[in-house]
Amino acid sequence: MIHLSIEKRPAPSPLMRIGAPLIAVGVTLLVGIVLALVLGLDPLILLRVLFVDPLSSANGISEWLLKASPLILIALGLTIGFRANIWNIGAEGMFTIGAIAAALVALRFGEGAAIWVLPAMALAGMLGGMAWAAIPAFLKTKANTSEILVTLMLNYVAALLLSYLINGPMRDPNGFNYPQTANFGPAALLPSLVDGLRVNISILFTLALAGLTWVFLTKSFLGFKMRVGGIAPAAAGYAGFSESQSVWLGLLAGGAASGLAGMMEAAGPLGQLIPVLSPGYGFAAIIVAFIGRLTVPGIVLGGLLLALLYLGGEQAQMTLNLPASLTRSIEGALLFFLLAADGLTQFRVRLRRS
Amino acid sequence: MEVAPGEIHAVLGENGAGKSTLMKIVAGVVQADAGTILWNGAPVQIPTPAAARRLGIGMVHQHFSLFESISVTENIAVALDGKFDLARTRRQIIETASRYGLPVDPDRLLHHLSVGERQRVEILRALLQTPQLLILDEPTSVLTPQAVESLFAVLRRVADEGCAILYISHKLDEIRTLCHRATVLRGGRVVGTVDPTEQSAAELAHMMVGTAVPPICHDPPVGAGDRTPILELAGLSARADDPFGTDLEDVALSLHEGEILGIAGISGNGQSELLSILSGERVLTDADMIRLDGKPIADLGAAARRRLGLGYIPEERLGRGAVPTMSLAENYLLTQDDSVKHGLIDRSILRDQTSAIIERFDVKCSGPGATARSLSGGNLQKFIVGREISLAPKLLIVAQPSWGVDIAAARFIRQTLIDLSRAGTAVLVISEELDELFEIADRLMVLYQGRLSPVRERSQIGLMMAGA
Repeated sequence: MIHLSIEKRPAPSPLMRIGAPLIAVGVTLLVGIVLALVLGLDPLILLRVLFVDPLSSANGISEWLLKASPLILIALGLTIGFRANIWNIGAEGMFTIGAIAAALVALRFGEGAAIWVLPAMALAGMLGGMAWAAIPAFLKTKANTSEILVTLMLNYVAALLLSYLINGPMRDPNGFNYPQTANFGPAALLPSLVDGLRVNISILFTLALAGLTWVFLTKSFLGFKMRVGGIAPAAAGYAGFSESQSVWLGLLAGGAASGLAGMMEAAGPLGQLIPVLSPGYGFAAIIVAFIGRLTVPGIVLGGLLLALLYLGGEQAQMTLNLPASLTRSIEGALLFFLLAADGLTQFRVRLRRS
Repeated sequence: MEVAPGEIHAVLGENGAGKSTLMKIVAGVVQADAGTILWNGAPVQIPTPAAARRLGIGMVHQHFSLFESISVTENIAVALDGKFDLARTRRQIIETASRYGLPVDPDRLLHHLSVGERQRVEILRALLQTPQLLILDEPTSVLTPQAVESLFAVLRRVADEGCAILYISHKLDEIRTLCHRATVLRGGRVVGTVDPTEQSAAELAHMMVGTAVPPICHDPPVGAGDRTPILELAGLSARADDPFGTDLEDVALSLHEGEILGIAGISGNGQSELLSILSGERVLTDADMIRLDGKPIADLGAAARRRLGLGYIPEERLGRGAVPTMSLAENYLLTQDDSVKHGLIDRSILRDQTSAIIERFDVKCSGPGATARSLSGGNLQKFIVGREISLAPKLLIVAQPSWGVDIAAARFIRQTLIDLSRAGTAVLVISEELDELFEIADRLMVLYQGRLSPVRERSQIGLMMAGA
């Protein structure tokens, strides 16, 4: 009789470390093709609409970068925590609080053309996200609560807080009772990168922060200490690396990045606060971080891939009349296959005869 | 190799010689790529441990596979083939235990049992399956000398009834007292089969290692006089963090530069609690409970104590002393951060420092980039010892220095510790291996049930370990 057996590899396969995400992307494409056939579509047309059409114009590329920027930025921040085994899944809430904090500055000071308004908004966004992240950090270090649950639940608190503010204190007085704030003044809007296109200078900051994160993760002693705490807590205790420092830093980095992304969204394509600020960037960034294998170059590529999937999904809704949940399904399938393919770095499948 | 009914047959070899792999093949845990196993003269396939049990092959593993929270009877009953019958199993345990002189209370919960008692449960479990062949993997590594004697009596009785015994060990004296024949393995091959009573321990060691092992050299320690002790504990008491841990009560000791103090005792008597308090992995509120070179340090963390000159080599090499998946260079960075400039790691300095340790302590590995888990136990221990020694500590604390380390590396490590102490470092060794402590320690104490004995003569130590 022949049977399959799964064996632990003596050492993680370096080939599979790179191969696993590619396998996951390949299998996800297959699922997309099957999905298309089930829906009665020509798979080639679906793939073209999803992945080729969005990039066939300057405007498409502008939109692509505009969406990739927050995904990459949030994933970078989350990765600092993930490497230390700190599972922050509250980026969506931190993004929202960051946007609210930036909007407070914009609405209070944005009328004049002062040059410091945008930096102040960025600072407020980061501080807002960090304040939201400080709650799970405090609870974890003082009361040993699970940061997974606390960050997850705070997402809903943040969403309700936004809803309260734009229906109440922050509602645009001249807005015909729509639940939204007034439009930000011109000084509170991020300048665009190319005239006539929506892509703005936020992508440059994201790239600069990617460089900074890369240095932190690969070169800094602090990054090393956090990594040891994530892989081998007993060794970190033996070496005397502080666990609470890792928790605080891991969560605050995610909070700062998410809050800044929230500010960039509010001061960029939105220009005001509306009931739904993000199409799920905070959750999609978790996928980006894992597709990128928690490395900076991987995250940049992963962010571009997921942003493309978002655009393609919109395109498919418009031209093929497909439901919006299609994109989410493909996104979910991608993470699912990625985690499954990840097993191949540590394990191998063998055929055995007995 | 072959083993006859009624024979106690030693399988001897260094770590990594292939002893355990060979025994796992016989016990059905691992499959052989080639070759045959003859059982009572007929070729057999042993695809699973269950198949081995059906043939009549029982194995007592080095690491016990017992459930902590249930009773002895329940532990044995779940492992037996056939109907789950607690009352019958209990009767069988009492009967078998009295037949072989293995005193065990069948109703006690396992976590109340000492290590020696747990081993009896493992042996009873194997005997209840009426084996024709019993395999024991390093059964004495955790036993007191008295418990070793009674284990040998049991094994001789089992063998007299016609059961063949394969006895895996690297303790040469035990093999010479117990075993009829010995098969020596080296590098996955049988070097020879000999009558161990006719060979000296040195000759057996030579067969195992392939070269002659030089003896340890040991100068007398420099006199302590009335200088300040390097390490001083006075009335240290602490409750264990873990519900199954041992509270420390009124622990006191003083250790001077240039001497090695050994703390004997079986793990579980407060060893891990004492180590975590000494290393700073657990911090106390009263700073005066521990003094390092006169300074109160009990309220400082591990990193701060290391800066004051406290080095520590923990028992768990993989996972505590080193991160298994990280390179040796990164593992060097765990306790030595002098390659860090402005918060950034200078990789080239780090590589050079790591290479220096690898060279100086003869660590066999592919280089500073080798992962910790790719090294053998002995080589990784040499690396960790080297890393801690290069800190030039005033006090070096070592737990189980040669646990799972081959003879040559163990000798090297012991000699290194002696040389270090003679150069002026105070060394505290916590070990279960009495031979090792007798070989290197200048003074000996015993930790039993969280209390530390006064310094005693070595002949009394064995009795104290058993709680007598």
